[in-house]
This record gives sequence, C-alpha cells and structure tokens, in this order.
Amino acid sequence: MVPLWMYLAVGAALFCIGAYTVLSRKNAIAILMGIELMLNAVNLNLVGFWRYQAPENMSGQAFAAFVLVIAAAEAAVGLAIIIAVYRSRRSVVVEDVDLLRW
Amino acid sequence: MDIPSFADLNLGVTLPAVFLALGTTVLLLIDAFLPKERRHLTAWFALAGVLVSFVLTLFNFGSSETALAGMFVADSFTGFMNLVALTAAAITILLSIDYLKRTGNARGEFYSLLLLSTAGAMFMASANDLIVVFVALELLSIPLYIMAAFRLNNAKSEESGMKYFILGAFSSAFLVYGSALIYGATGTTNLQEILASIGGIVEAGSSAIFYLVIGAALIVVGLGFKVAVVPFHMWTPDVYEGAPTPVTAFMSVGAKIGGFAALLRVLVTALPFLVAGQTVEPVWQNTIMIVAALTLIVGNFVAISQSNIKRMLAYSSIAHAGYIMMAVAAAANPFTADFAARSALIYLLAYTFTNLGAFAIALAIEKDDGSGTDIKDFVGLARSKPVLAAAMAVFMFSLTGIPLTAGFTGKWFVFQATMQAGLVPLAVIGVLTSVVSAFYYVRIIVNMYLSDGEGDEAAGATPLVNWAVYISFAGTLLLGVFPILATNLTETVTLLASVAP
Repeated sequence: MVPLWMYLAVGAALFCIGAYTVLSRKNAIAILMGIELMLNAVNLNLVGFWRYQAPENMSGQAFAAFVLVIAAAEAAVGLAIIIAVYRSRRSVVVEDVDLLRW
Repeated sequence: MDIPSFADLNLGVTLPAVFLALGTTVLLLIDAFLPKERRHLTAWFALAGVLVSFVLTLFNFGSSETALAGMFVADSFTGFMNLVALTAAAITILLSIDYLKRTGNARGEFYSLLLLSTAGAMFMASANDLIVVFVALELLSIPLYIMAAFRLNNAKSEESGMKYFILGAFSSAFLVYGSALIYGATGTTNLQEILASIGGIVEAGSSAIFYLVIGAALIVVGLGFKVAVVPFHMWTPDVYEGAPTPVTAFMSVGAKIGGFAALLRVLVTALPFLVAGQTVEPVWQNTIMIVAALTLIVGNFVAISQSNIKRMLAYSSIAHAGYIMMAVAAAANPFTADFAARSALIYLLAYTFTNLGAFAIALAIEKDDGSGTDIKDFVGLARSKPVLAAAMAVFMFSLTGIPLTAGFTGKWFVFQATMQAGLVPLAVIGVLTSVVSAFYYVRIIVNMYLSDGEGDEAAGATPLVNWAVYISFAGTLLLGVFPILATNLTETVTLLASVAP
C-alpha cells in the first residue's frame, strides 16, 4: 500500500505550487486558481490523514467536504468581484488595480 | 459511530447565532417581497433581528454547555463576544441606512450580508472544533468581501473588495492547512479532544509534535491575516480606505472579534500544553510576543504619516490588534490564562465602542462622492459641529488610552495581564507605543479645536448617524467611568479551566 508520507508529500507540493501561483501571477483569475489548488492540497491531506491515522473518526472526511463547499462559495464571490473590476477597468491584471496607494 | 439524538444537539444554547443566521435568509425574502416604496424597512427588520439575538444571548448568558455534538460551546466567553458582535452590528446598521442612500447604493441585501457576517463572528466565538472555526471564519469573511466591493461603479470600492478577497482567501487556505496538520497529529478536530491527546504526544516525543507546531503556526498565520497583525497587515490600509465607510467600521471590529475569539479558543483551549523542553509556557508564546511587539511598533509609527482619516484609523486598528495580541501572549501562561482572556474581551468591547464612534464621525464629514476623508477636513469642526467634535475628541482620547475613557480600562487590564504573565518587555513596548499613538490622535483634536478655518458642515450627520455617535459615546464613557460593568460580565470567563480533563 502507498504509505501516508507520499500523500502528505504530494499535498505539501500542491500547496506550495498553489501558494507560488498566488504570489507570482499577475492575473486575478490565475490567482484564484492558485487558491483553489491550495485548498485541494488540504483536502488530500485531510483524506490521507483520515485513512491512515483515524479511520474511526469521520471528521477528516467531513472537513474535506466542508472545504469543497467553501471553495465553491469563495470562487463564486471571487469571480463576481473580478467581473465587477473588469467591467470598470477592462483588465483583471492586479498590477493595473492600483488606485489605493499611500 | 453514534448518531446523536435530537436532545443531544442541545439546540437551545445555539439559538442566538442560529437565529441570526436563519433570520438572515428570511430577511432576504422579506426584502424581495416588500413593495418598492417600503424597501427602506429592511434595515429596521435587520435591527430587530439583532435585538432579538441580543436578548437571546442575555437569556443564555453564564451557561456553560456544549451543543451540536460537542462542536459548539456556549459559555460566558461566547456570550460576551456575542454581545460585542451584536452591538457592533447594530451601530453599523444605524450608520449604513443614510450613507447607502446618499451614495446611491441603498439595496436591502447589504443588511443580510452584514447579519451573516455577524453570525460568522458569533459562531467563531463559540467554535469548539476546527471545522467550525474554518466554516465560521468563511461565514464572517465572504460577506465582508462582497460588502467591501458594495459601491456600484466605484473603482476604489471594487479594488478594495478584490484585494480583500485575494488575501483573505489566501490566508484561509493557510488556516485550513494548519487545521489539517493538527487533525493528522491528534486524529480529531475537537478542541477538547486535541487538548486531551496533546499531553501523550509531547511526553512520547513522537514526530507528531512537528505537525502540531507547524499546524499551530499556520493557524496563527491564517487568523493573523484576518485580525491584521504585522507582518500580515499589508492589505488593511488599502481595503479600509476603499471600502464604503460603514463597512470599514464594521470590518475593523467584526473581523477582529471573530479572529481573536478563534485565536484564543484554538491556542488557549486546545494547545496550552504544546511545550518543548521543561518550560511551562507553550511554544507559541514567543511567536505571539514577537508578532505583538512588531504590530505595536509598525502600526503606531506608520499611522503618524497618514493624511487620510480612514488610512490612519486602519493603522490605528493594526496597533490595537497589537494590544489584544499582548493579551493573547499573556494567555499562554496557564496561571494567568483566564485573566488574560478577560482582558482581551474587555479591550475588544472598549475598542468596539470607540472605533465605531470614530468611524461614525469620519462618515459624517465624508462627502457623497467619497471625498472629504482627509485629516485636514477636520479643521474647525469644533465651531461648525461642537457636539460631534467633542465626541470625536473623547473617541481620540479613548483610542490613546486616557483615564476615564473605555480605552484606558481596556489598556489597564491588558497591561496588568501582561505583567502578571511576567512579560515585562512587552508591557514596556505597549506603554511606549501608547505614548507615540497620542501624537496622531491628538493631531485630529488640534485640527478640530485650534486650527483656523471654516468648519465642515458635516452633511452626513443625519439623526441616525448622530444616534450611532451617542451610543458609542455613552459606551466609551460608561466603560471608562464604571469598568465594573465589563468586569462583572466577564467574571466567569474561563477558557482553560472549563475544559481541563
């Protein structure tokens, strides 16, 4: 059987890729995709931990389900805000969104 | 796995938060079916909902029970936080009604979003499970993202919403990753069960302790973003400046109430014995101390150079997060944990009244197009609007921490808790930065009273806004003159003892 650490390694790698995407991309949609990747990395961890560490306690699975739902809600709100920004500036590049600076 | 019976769910004690969350859904329907000329009533329905929830909280106050299969806890900590969050919501509704109307954004869903966010803060205060912490945090945050971008066709407001959304979603990914690691180490997400299993893990010295330490660190990062402590504060001034002023007012207190409630619950209730070596204090104390010190220094010093009142109050809110962080650091010591938690609660109450009051005055002199938020716009306000100027002076004194105001009461308790926990250097930094903060708070008073110039006519100071100012003013003074009001309410707050196995 695949050992637990492999799941955790993939999860950690995905999380770091997601975080790197958020920090390096200029396009707001790509940033949103990075955030989704981070949340899915967490799901992998949760389900892996549940299977190997505590199969009798369902909270890992339940947690993963909640993360999925909330990721969807976040994406819906995020896309709506990005569309609003696009309507007024014709751009979703975060560098163009720079009215607020001190 | 046992399926809990209906009675085990113990729904009675969850009623204040659940009522508000369900009432919000009804409020959306009410708003949809009200005839157009009656739409302005939505706000009053929202206010009524807040009042009902307030009364329900008072009825439940002082109980100490868990509900929803142990995921929800209702004790005096929850009760007090609920009262603070509901007060903030009520004052924000008073501020919003006329502001939204005069800026052309009077839409009923605003109040539903506001109440959902308040319910999120209340659920965070009663979370007894990492899943609830995460879901409640999102319930608090997602409506705030929308509210920050609520001004239609206003580029600044949209930008503020986008920035808040990206950084908020980014930070909650850290929080949930940390929760997953703690779940992996302990095999449970329940805070009490985590507490019970940590002793064994620390004694055995197994590798699971690394998961716990990293998990705790990631949770501090995630919640640190929400409450805006240095080094996770970069979004705060931009978001606070761009968001509609009532939203900024609510954000500056609501997000802090929820964030600090969850931080105290997770760190003090679940992880107080996460120690390394022979010390009594858990490993997270040093981190929190450094974060608190940095927050105090950066927040207070950068606030000096701000010329926009909303940006200045943003940095001031970062600084105040630092003072509450001092209390969290003091709560690491098991002997002072309960007193430190009390001091954080009292500080949050004092901060809520004072900060909402300050934002109410800023809102009163703001013009319909969003201009008029400069510190220079306060020049001569004492001549044109003496009552508002006097109230603003008191709010500024309270934010500085001058005696006989709420801010002094809050700081007194926080400093005392810090000293009791033996963190003398931190307390010294706190006192010194308070002195620095006087510089930029008093500058507003000087502008209002001593500078020459035509005073602003404060067109935004409608009767409702005035009422919000009076309520905040009364709260600020009452808490300053009679601190016993707050100390009595928090007397039975126990984060540690109530869960000791």
